[in-house]
Parts: sequence; C-alpha cells; structure tokens
Amino acid sequence: MPEKAPIVEIRNLFKSYQRGSQTIPVLQDIDLDIAEGEFLALMGPSGSGKTTLLNLIAGIDRADSGIMRIGGIDITPLSETDLAKWRAANVGFIFQFYNLIPVLTAYENVELPLLLTGLSKKERREHVETALRLVNLGDRMEHYPTQLSGGQQQRVAIARAVVPDPSIIVADEPTGDLDRVSAFEILDLMEKLVHEFGKTIIMVTHDPRAAQEAHVVRNLEKGVLTEERGPGSGGKGQGREDFGFRTPAP
Amino acid sequence: MYTLKLIFKNAFRHKLRTCLTILSVAVAILSFGLLRTVVRAWYVGVEASSASRLVTRNSISLVFPLPLSYREKIRQVTGVKQVSHGNWFGGIYIDEKNFFPSFAMEPKTLLELYPEYVLPPDQKAAFLRDRKACVAGLKTARKYGWKIGDTITLKGTIFPGNWEFVLRGIYKGSNKNIDETQFFFHWDYMNETMKKIIPRRADQVGFYMIELKDPDTAAEVSLAIDGTFKNSLAETLTETEKAFQMSFVSMTEAIVVAIQLVSFVVIIIIFAVSANTMAMTARERLGEYAVFKTLGFSGWHIGAMIFGESIFITMLGCAAGIIFTFPAAKAFGSAMSTFIPVFNIETKTIYMDIAAALIVGIAAAVFPAYRAINIRIADGLRRIG
Ligand SMILES: Nc1ncnc2c1ncn2[C@@H]1O[C@H](COP(=O)(O)OP(=O)(O)OP(=O)(O)O)[C@@H](O)[C@H]1O
Ligand SMILES: [Mg+2]
Repeated sequence: MPEKAPIVEIRNLFKSYQRGSQTIPVLQDIDLDIAEGEFLALMGPSGSGKTTLLNLIAGIDRADSGIMRIGGIDITPLSETDLAKWRAANVGFIFQFYNLIPVLTAYENVELPLLLTGLSKKERREHVETALRLVNLGDRMEHYPTQLSGGQQQRVAIARAVVPDPSIIVADEPTGDLDRVSAFEILDLMEKLVHEFGKTIIMVTHDPRAAQEAHVVRNLEKGVLTEERGPGSGGKGQGREDFGFRTPAP
Repeated sequence: MYTLKLIFKNAFRHKLRTCLTILSVAVAILSFGLLRTVVRAWYVGVEASSASRLVTRNSISLVFPLPLSYREKIRQVTGVKQVSHGNWFGGIYIDEKNFFPSFAMEPKTLLELYPEYVLPPDQKAAFLRDRKACVAGLKTARKYGWKIGDTITLKGTIFPGNWEFVLRGIYKGSNKNIDETQFFFHWDYMNETMKKIIPRRADQVGFYMIELKDPDTAAEVSLAIDGTFKNSLAETLTETEKAFQMSFVSMTEAIVVAIQLVSFVVIIIIFAVSANTMAMTARERLGEYAVFKTLGFSGWHIGAMIFGESIFITMLGCAAGIIFTFPAAKAFGSAMSTFIPVFNIETKTIYMDIAAALIVGIAAAVFPAYRAINIRIADGLRRIG
C-alpha cells in the first residue's frame, strides 16, 4: 500500500500483565500495518494475545511501550478522557457475546453511542433507523435483546457499532457464539461494511471459514505476529462510500 | 433523561431483590421514625414548658412539702406576677393500670398561669364554682368515656380515701405538644378533707408555680425566692419550668439515650443491606459498565447510574416507610398513651427520615461506583461470557 498511509500503524508494541510479582509478556514487539478499507482477520491459539492486541488498537487498553498511530493520530499519549472521545468517534465494537444492554430495546441500544454526540432526537432517530435497516432489523426496533435470537442480537450490535460512522470496526470473535447460518449473515454484513462503506475491519476469529472472508489473515502465536497471507475470497475495499449520514465528533 | 430511564429500568431488573431492599429500608425508616418520635415525646414536656414560669419546691426533694404560708411571701417578691400552688395527687381510677397524672391545684390561678389548657367559658365557670369540681384532658376523658357532669371517684395513694369529683370541664391543648391526659381538681377540697382526717398534713403544698412579669428575670427572681426562705425550716429550690421538667426527663435519660442509639443502629443496618444490594448489582453489571465506557461514556455516567439507582431504591423505601409511620405512630401512641401522653410525628422527624435514607443511598453506592468507575475496560469486558 504505497499510495496511502495505513490507517493502523503499529511499531514495536509491547504489552505484559502483572500477576503478583510475575510479569507475563503477552505481546512482544508487534509491528502491524492495516490499510484503510482492509478486512483483517487475526487468528491464533487461545491465550496468544489476540484480544489484547485488539483492545490496544481500539484504545480500551494501554500498551507498555511502542507506537500506535491510528487514523494519523498517535493514541498512546492520550488521556483517558481524550481516548474515550477518540474511541467514540473512530472505533466501532462488536463482541463475541453481543454485549447489548438488556434493559434497552434494539433501538435504544443502537442509539446509545449517539447520545454522546450533539445530534438532535430527530437526527438520532434517522441514523438509528438507517443502521437497523442496514442490518435488516427495521422491524425489530422495539424488541429487547432477550426477545431476539443470537444472530439478531449480533446484528443489533453491528448496527450499534456503525451508527456513529467510525472508520474502524473491531470485532472479537463475532461469530464465536453463533450457528453457521447466523455466522454467515454476520460475515456477510461485515463484508458489506468493508465493500460498500469502506470501513476497516479487524476481526479476531478461531474459525478458518470466517477468516476466508478477510483480505488479510495474520497469525498471532505466543505474542508474536507470524505469517501473513494475502487476500482470501474477498476483494479489497473500493474506497469509502457515504454511509448515508455523517456524525459530528463528540 | 436516558440516565433516569436506565436507572428506573435497572432498579427493577431483579424485582425480588429490589423489593426486599425497598421493604427493609421501609421497615428501618418506619422504626427510625417511631423511635425518634418516642425520643421527641420524652422531651415534649420540656418543650411545652413556658420560659416565663418558675416552679418552687422543697430544696431537699419534691416529696417534701412546703408550708402554704409561703404563698404570700412568694407573691411579694419583685418580678412575680402571679402564684399558683398544687400537689401531686397520684389517684387511682378503678384500677392501677388506669394511670393518668392527677393534681390538686388552686383552680383560678392554674387557669390563669396555664392559658394552654383551653376550656370553654361555661365549663371554666362551672369548674371554678363547684368545690368538688374537676377537669380532665380530652384524651383521658375520651379514653374512659367521661362526660360533663359525671361523678369520678379516685382512690388516693398519697392522700388516703376515696375521693369523689364531678367532671365540670374537659380541656384541650392550645397546641399539639400539650399533654391532654392530666386531671385537676380543687386544692382547697383536698386540704379541707385533710384537715379533718390527718390535720398535720393540712396546709402543705407540693409546689408553687410562679408567673413572671418578665421572662428575662427568671434567674434573679429564682434567687430572690430561694433567698427569702434561706435558713427556714423548709428551704426552697426555684427553677424555670423547663429546668423542672428536664429534671424528670433526666431521670430517664439513659433509656432515651439507648433508644436514640438503637435508632441509629437501624440506619446502619439498612446501610449494610443497601450497600450489599448495590455491591451485588454493580458486580453483576461490571461488563455492562465496561460496554458503556467502551462506547465513550465517562465515569460520571457510570457513577450517575449507580448512585441514581441506589438513591432511587432507598428513597422508594423511605417514602413507603414514611407513609406507614403515620398509622403506626397512631396505633403506637394510643397503645402507649399512659406512658407517653403526647405522641406526634414532627416534621423534623420526616426530614430526618429523608436525610437518613439519602445518606444511606449515597453511602451504599460509593464503593460499587468507585469499583465500576475504576475497573479497566478490558478487565470489565472479560467478565462477560
Ligand atoms: N487482566 C489480565 N491479567 C493478567 N493476565 C491477563 C489479563 N488479561 C489477559 N491476560 C493474559 O494474557 C494472555 C493473552 O490473553 P488474550 O485474552 O489476549 O488471549 P486471546 O488470544 O484473546 O485468547 P482467546 O482466544 O482464548 O480469547 C493470556 O495468557 C491471558 O491469561
Ligand atoms: Mg480473546
């Protein structure tokens, strides 16, 4: 990708955990570039540090050392507050267990990230409805998470992730808790986000079939990034299309 | 708006747990309110007492009398406006358990000194006219179903014999702190009877009540009165009515202190209950709070949710407790009217209920909120699944 600076640029990233007096190295000297509009799958055995790396990229955890330039911003020196603002504006999250707020409806869950923006109620409604229609849940807006299937809940989570129109979406085993059919729907949606809306997706997965959808597959083993594989069945994103709305930064 | 909605919805996620917490807060606030009311009731005599009145009694002890002849001498002390006198009678009505305070009093001056005992003019006139007349407070009259004109017989304990009185008046308190259980009759009637049966105990007064011209002179007038009788056979002790009442209360102060202590222990217990509920709740939701933070919500938002929920639950309990305090106090008050003549819930007690519940609500959320706000997002997220 010589024509454009990568959206994620990681250099010499180290991360360890302290367990009592013991220091457990988790990530060791990670270098990673991810181009804008790329769909990257991160694989590797359990405990290899995939979630840790994803959390660092998404700005919900802090590295010991190293440089992380994301969207042109070095996020390592940001304060908690600034990091939270940066996250809200730039990163969408999809988790293995959907992590919807059970007391809120699908609509309200998707609306959550927008509450931190200056959008009016009416504008929020437009955005939420667009996002829910995008994931094919326009008719389930008033349902509570418990009234939805796992696949539907994950689609709500995707709507929540994309509604503030972030450039990067991180997904930690998004299909890990789903049956094949639902998993396929989710992967299809992610594919759509990359292709039609130019999102950059970083997905941790154990499922080789899921990894197939990605352009790039990276392997993490004992805290070290190993092999690199070229595009799978999916093609590279065609650049950014308008998602239908723009969200002002909070 | 959203936060309020979340607080409300979150509060009723575990309906049983929340309802039990609300119930325990309600019960605690109810007991706190009742106990505070008992404490207040204890001091009601002190509070109802006037600053412009003095009480003179035998300096050795209240059980020793003073000669009737002191009356004129006290009246002549400068600053004294009016003097009344009386004796504790301690009569028994039919059965010992039917207790109410009974006094032999000089009737005319009594009513002048105590405008707070309100009698209709015709009853007042009838009371003053009839030597065997008595008046009773509304509560006592109601309790025993007495009507004007009824003959009431009291068995004397200090003054032997069966004493017959005719009820000529039923007084009401001018405010709700006034004891409406007392019973008054003519001192002269008692004194004349005593002259006949035990002459050496005639012309003996239990206490004098003095009305001051100017309340500010209470200290000087007290000294002057006691000075008058210095080195006489019966030396006097004069103090304000408040101090006099206080000396009764202080005899039972230990009980009051114990009750007060218990009322605060109750608050500590609901603090423990609420803190436990909030800790459980917040621990279960650490993952959710992590999601909120991931989405960019600040610690303030998380704190507002936890504090809001805690305060919401304790305030619901508080409201229920206050609502039930009124009927409970009424039942308690009438059951205990013999011991506690005036039993009213004060506005201040309600404020204290609210303050206690609020403090408990806030305190119960401190630790869970601190934990939820400070947990690292990555750790919070790991708690899910
Ligand atoms: N808060 C923590 N304290 C101590 N050690 C931790 C902590 N979080 C993670 N670890 C350790 O870091 C290592 C990497 O964890 P991580 O969750 O990133 O692995 P993973 O590749 O996502 O595994 P999985 O595929 O099972 O999700 C593991 O050995 C884990 O035990
Ligand atoms: Mg993981």
